[in-house]
Amino acid sequence: MADGERTAFGDLLRPIADPPVRPDLISLSASATAAASAAVDPPHGSRSEADRLGASLKELADADARIVFVGDPGRTDPGLALPGNAVRTAKYSFLTFIPRNLFEQFRRLAYVYFLAIAVLNQLPQLAVFGRGASVLPLAFVLLVTAVKDAYEDWRRHRSDLVENGRAAPVLDPAGSGQFRPRRWKDLRVGEVIKVLADESIPCDMVLLATSDPTGVAYVQTINLDGESNLKTRYAKQETMSRLPSITAGSVTTLIRCETPNRNIYGFHANLEVDGKRVSLGASNIILRGCELKNTAWAIGVAVYTGNETKVMLNSSGATSKRSRLETHMNRETLLLSAILITLCSAVSICNGIWLAIHRDELELSQYFRKRDYSGGDEKYYNYYGIAMQVFFIFLMAVIVFQIMIPISLYISMELVRLGQAYFMIRDKNLYDESSNSRFQCRALNINEDLGQIRYVFSDKTGTLTENKMVFQCASIRGIDYSEGKDPSPNGSDVYCVVVGDQFWRPKMLVKTDPKLVRLLRSEGETQEGKHARDFFLALAACNTIVPLIVGTPDPKQKLIDYQGESPDEQALVYAAAAYGYVLIERTSGHIVIDVLGDRQRFNVLGLHEFDSDRKRMSVIIGCPDRTVRLFVKGADSSMFGVLEKSIDLDIIRATETNLHAYSSVGLRTLVVGMRELSRNDFEEWQSTYEKASTALYGRGSLLRAVASSVENNLQILGASGIEDKLQQGVPEAIESLRQAGIRVWVLTGDKQETAISIGYSCKLLTSEMTHIVINSNSEASCRKSLEDAIAISSKFVTISSRAQNTITGSGSARVPLALIIDGTSLVHILETELEEKLFKIATVCDVVLCCRVAPLQKAGIVALIKKRTEDMTLAIGDGANDVSMIQMADVGIGISGQEGRQAVMASDFAMGQFRFLVPLLLVHGHWNYQRIAYMILYNFYRNAVFVFIMFWYVLYTAYTLTTAITEWSSVLYSVLYSALPTVVVGILDKDLSRRTLLEYPKLYGNGQREESYNLKLFILTMMDAIWQSLVVFFIPYMAYRDTTVDGSSLGDLWTLAVVTLVNIHLAMDVFRWNWITHLSIWGSIAVAVMCVILIDSMWFLPGYWAIYHIMKTGLFWLCLLGIFAAGMIPRFTMKALAEYFMLNDIQISRELEKFGNFNDFTGTEISMSTFSQTHPGFIR
Amino acid sequence: MNSSGGSAAGPSSGSGDGSAPPRRNSKRPKYSKFTQQELPACKPILTPKWVISVFTLVGVIFVPIGIAALMASNNVVEIVDRYDTECIPASMTGDKVAYIQNDTINKICTRNLTVPKDMDQPIYVYYQLDNFYQNHRRYVKSRSDAQLRDADQANKTSGCDPEKTTKDGSPIVPCGLIAWSLFNDTYNFTLGNKNLSVNKNGISWASDRDHKFGKDVYPKNFQNGVLRGGASLDPNKPLNEQEDLIVWMRTAALPTFRKLYGKIHQDLKANDIIMVTLENNYNTYSFNGKKKLVLSTSSWLGGKNDFLGIAYLTIGGLCFFLATAFTVVYLVKPRKLGDTSYLSWNRNPSGH
Repeated sequence: MADGERTAFGDLLRPIADPPVRPDLISLSASATAAASAAVDPPHGSRSEADRLGASLKELADADARIVFVGDPGRTDPGLALPGNAVRTAKYSFLTFIPRNLFEQFRRLAYVYFLAIAVLNQLPQLAVFGRGASVLPLAFVLLVTAVKDAYEDWRRHRSDLVENGRAAPVLDPAGSGQFRPRRWKDLRVGEVIKVLADESIPCDMVLLATSDPTGVAYVQTINLDGESNLKTRYAKQETMSRLPSITAGSVTTLIRCETPNRNIYGFHANLEVDGKRVSLGASNIILRGCELKNTAWAIGVAVYTGNETKVMLNSSGATSKRSRLETHMNRETLLLSAILITLCSAVSICNGIWLAIHRDELELSQYFRKRDYSGGDEKYYNYYGIAMQVFFIFLMAVIVFQIMIPISLYISMELVRLGQAYFMIRDKNLYDESSNSRFQCRALNINEDLGQIRYVFSDKTGTLTENKMVFQCASIRGIDYSEGKDPSPNGSDVYCVVVGDQFWRPKMLVKTDPKLVRLLRSEGETQEGKHARDFFLALAACNTIVPLIVGTPDPKQKLIDYQGESPDEQALVYAAAAYGYVLIERTSGHIVIDVLGDRQRFNVLGLHEFDSDRKRMSVIIGCPDRTVRLFVKGADSSMFGVLEKSIDLDIIRATETNLHAYSSVGLRTLVVGMRELSRNDFEEWQSTYEKASTALYGRGSLLRAVASSVENNLQILGASGIEDKLQQGVPEAIESLRQAGIRVWVLTGDKQETAISIGYSCKLLTSEMTHIVINSNSEASCRKSLEDAIAISSKFVTISSRAQNTITGSGSARVPLALIIDGTSLVHILETELEEKLFKIATVCDVVLCCRVAPLQKAGIVALIKKRTEDMTLAIGDGANDVSMIQMADVGIGISGQEGRQAVMASDFAMGQFRFLVPLLLVHGHWNYQRIAYMILYNFYRNAVFVFIMFWYVLYTAYTLTTAITEWSSVLYSVLYSALPTVVVGILDKDLSRRTLLEYPKLYGNGQREESYNLKLFILTMMDAIWQSLVVFFIPYMAYRDTTVDGSSLGDLWTLAVVTLVNIHLAMDVFRWNWITHLSIWGSIAVAVMCVILIDSMWFLPGYWAIYHIMKTGLFWLCLLGIFAAGMIPRFTMKALAEYFMLNDIQISRELEKFGNFNDFTGTEISMSTFSQTHPGFIR
Repeated sequence: MNSSGGSAAGPSSGSGDGSAPPRRNSKRPKYSKFTQQELPACKPILTPKWVISVFTLVGVIFVPIGIAALMASNNVVEIVDRYDTECIPASMTGDKVAYIQNDTINKICTRNLTVPKDMDQPIYVYYQLDNFYQNHRRYVKSRSDAQLRDADQANKTSGCDPEKTTKDGSPIVPCGLIAWSLFNDTYNFTLGNKNLSVNKNGISWASDRDHKFGKDVYPKNFQNGVLRGGASLDPNKPLNEQEDLIVWMRTAALPTFRKLYGKIHQDLKANDIIMVTLENNYNTYSFNGKKKLVLSTSSWLGGKNDFLGIAYLTIGGLCFFLATAFTVVYLVKPRKLGDTSYLSWNRNPSGH
């Protein structure tokens, strides 16, 4: 059969007798004749190189450039000005730890406030608290943070030490040409370093030579960007050939490169060797953090070392955003500050008035005694006139009432978010099995924003879909083959390659059409069979895929893993393999394809990379039958233009019909064409190609022109349909989000038909929707389309204009609208006055689908909403093109999927699957929002109660800010007596169970409408705080009026009363009591009692033994009991009334959970399973 | 197209050798009730039954306590006599301060108190000061606890300003405004012709006597300054035996306060007339303070104070009222708990 194949080729294509170009690239480059090596840039110039070459035309000005003398670190960096290769991820050293850590910590404004007050308290006139008591809490918090930082830094120090101590072979600069091991930290820029297979690369180096004769090296960049596939990097022929002289130091080689930057996908440099200048791009550099794979060795010259390497420059911390709730909280903090200032002013003014009235009594009254007689001059003691007293009292009041601004809240919030993050990370429902990835919290301070999202902007490829392309069907010469059958699970009918006694089979199984398989394997020569063979040969050859042979537990079986940058190409190669065209080897000059059992070697003579202008790629292959063929594959729009229409018109028509059918079921289509190159054609091409690739200027566009000139008059081979599989559970997830009142917008780079079909398959679009399509290419037509759209929509909207206001009410009664708009239109709309119109129409529509949008336009669309509404936006995406959108949105989520990790690096949260958005928002988001909201309110309330109690007492101390409550208790109050329960409740309390929240997505509206935290609730809470403080203060006051009670005893009563009361208040609001909640609440009260007892056991404090005395009296206990009852009655009554009469969805659902009939759901996990079911696939 | 097959191929190809059951480094979170936030928990809900029970319970507890407290307060017999205005010669009412500061004037004053009801022993004798800010910031801070406890720490007078040292710089023991302002009115009681003895032992806290005021600390340089604040102390009596000082130095919480003067261990009958011979020494005239003498019995709840009883009755009554009100309301406007038709999206919004 293989013979037949060859003869078939031979018959049809006349063998070129003396192929002038069978340039065996291997021998060519190995012989390293100057001309050839200079001429031939390896044919695999990476896709980006062509572009970058253009950019590097802007000559690197010497001032901006770093000049590296290869092999001569002394000349490169004579002053040792460049950093060594030692990396320092550690922030602190032993000496700098204390000042730097303190500096870092005090960047928080709250701590500065704390410090300022502590400092104020140190002034003798203002010393309200003892020195220790005022500094202790701040010192404690600082210490805890410092210990944590120190531990983390110690670990970084250790890993730095290991990293810096690793050895790498370095070329001896003496010129011996020997490589000697040197520690990583001693490497310097300019040194020539050798890296062996599977070793890590110690610094960013420009490749000089590799073990591969053509200079190819494969690297795995998983540590850098998380992509596990192999990337190809190249050493320039100029350096490959001169390696011996470079290592001997006999030629001066000079690299002029840009200054260190963090762009891991770009590198601008040029290389001067022997007076020749060559451009270097990103494909010529290997970066620290990568590993060399499939290459025995590589030699490179260090250009960036240590902290200047790209990986180090990219290791930035989590993004810092501020949550919506925190912004609101700051508003209330301002209000509290106003209250604080009012209280302080009131006290100081009252004090002034008091002093004025009692002016004449101050000298003799025993409790004031203005003068100090001991000195003899009878000077005033601590009295500076009324004005100064008022001023001092004001400052003292600030010190005493400082906890009105709950400093501890900031710390508790951080703890709570940490706890919430812990639970989100540990949630098994957010664990993705297929990528083995957990949920990641990269930003720690916007957890609660997840509960308030109104807009979700989603990327399509890789986010809604798996970006795991699967070949589904083919149209070969107009004949549709789409009756694919699944391979049997045991793999018996899977096509295998027999190598010796081993079986190699493709790693991924593809379903095959038996008709097509039969056709391919049929003996004898049919036109149909020949076309099919050409088609699959094209699929196997026209790509940049690298096959890797991976072992399996069975020594006789190996898997072929196709690695490549494009998932479409992978799918096509796997498909070709399934039909018997197995690509098994790729070197730079040739590929080996197992053609139905016969191994054949094809020379790769030329390759035109894919670029976004041509939208196609092509290879020129020298076949075993000595024909030279050009295979082209590309998008249908670009391919139909270059097809030979004169002969194959019927076939093209038929193919077009098939293509339409494919894309209407959501398949991605590619058209494959072929042309046999005559000798003349080829020579012509070769000369222009060589010219273009050696051009110094405009190489990219020249190469493109060469490609375009050869890619024409193609014979159509067929078209492929690749399924971009929807991720599991996407339609269900979108439905849930929609019910939750979240609008899902899809922003994709795909073409409109594909986008719409994906829209249908993920249930975003439904058949009853009215589509408004805007496809315009001028501003005027955009304006018109928008106005038309507004007219259409207003027709629908007027019917239910009010429904728009309540997000839950909309969409049920009226005809749903879908807006479909493309990138070209957006060019004319975004950032013009038309934006307003787009906003209007887009917010009316239920679904918005933007196709063919550029990355920046994605961000523009997010900004469209963000600028005009208060609504929270969330962007979710997986690729580099989503980064701008992720950063623009309030919450950015990265899918840690196929397309690398840039999106994840830019995101606030990262997860494995789109469907996790549902539990993330509906469950965790809801919980987080509700918890943090309650915690903030509670902390405000808790501290306010305490401050007000002190304030009432101050009114009875001649406004002199005496506190009956001991200073230690007032310091420990918000740190120890009542802090833990808020944190525990903030982390663990759940108003509703996961099941209920998923069952009723509309409960999410609670966060969207800001129902758990708003000004009204704040004011109510503050009023409650004032009432409770009145109760706590005045019940004992009235009960102990005209008695012998001393300040300390009454202070202890107040302390215990307020601590217990606020904890009971919290207990009343707890939704779910588990043992941790019990422990923390009752434990806090117990701790408070113990602390009060402990404080009263200190003989040197005035309150010595007071608590023992007062606890023996009945009055004390009756006061406490009375306080609890009187303090709680208003709240309890309001709560009972509100829960019963103000119908609140959350309350109803809680009752439903407890009493309702949940028989139709049998377990907690049941509703989750709707998201993990196998997805329904495509509706065909 | 068979979708299940397609999706089955997906994970298997993605996870590579995923068929091997124990994955070596799976990051799958370990299941535990804690990490999945599924700890067993109690979910209290304010059902009508609960609300009514809580209110009723509070009422049931509070009303009897209130009654008991009121009864206890009613059983306390209290005699309060303000004497600072009376115990001043009519000629000196214009300049009370001059009167009190003049040591040469005899300050002895006699008051007759009628016992309104039978008083059972022990009868507590208090003096009550009004408008005296023993909680004034300048005042409360002006003491040295170290000095009071330990004879060796006599020099520890920091914080005692402005009554720290004498003019020549030797430390005052006990220093500070509090000790300096020690109350110095004295009372003698006679019932008929018989002297009513006042027991001044044990009026202070034992804890103070034992641990706060030293056995070997004797007053030094006390009350020698230009301005006399109050009582002098017997320099031969250690501080832990100076019970008036110990009582005085437990500074009061509020500007109106009582201090225990002594106890009378004798029952008094209604309409008994007690003659009090008092020395009106303490200067409250300089700040318009009031001085009162109080004789009172005590109950389990302390002295005479109706407030707590009334408060308890009010709270209890309010709770009964609320319990009734809620019962009525729940009956008039019943609502089924956990009925899905109450969910906002199930309640049909008017209009569409």
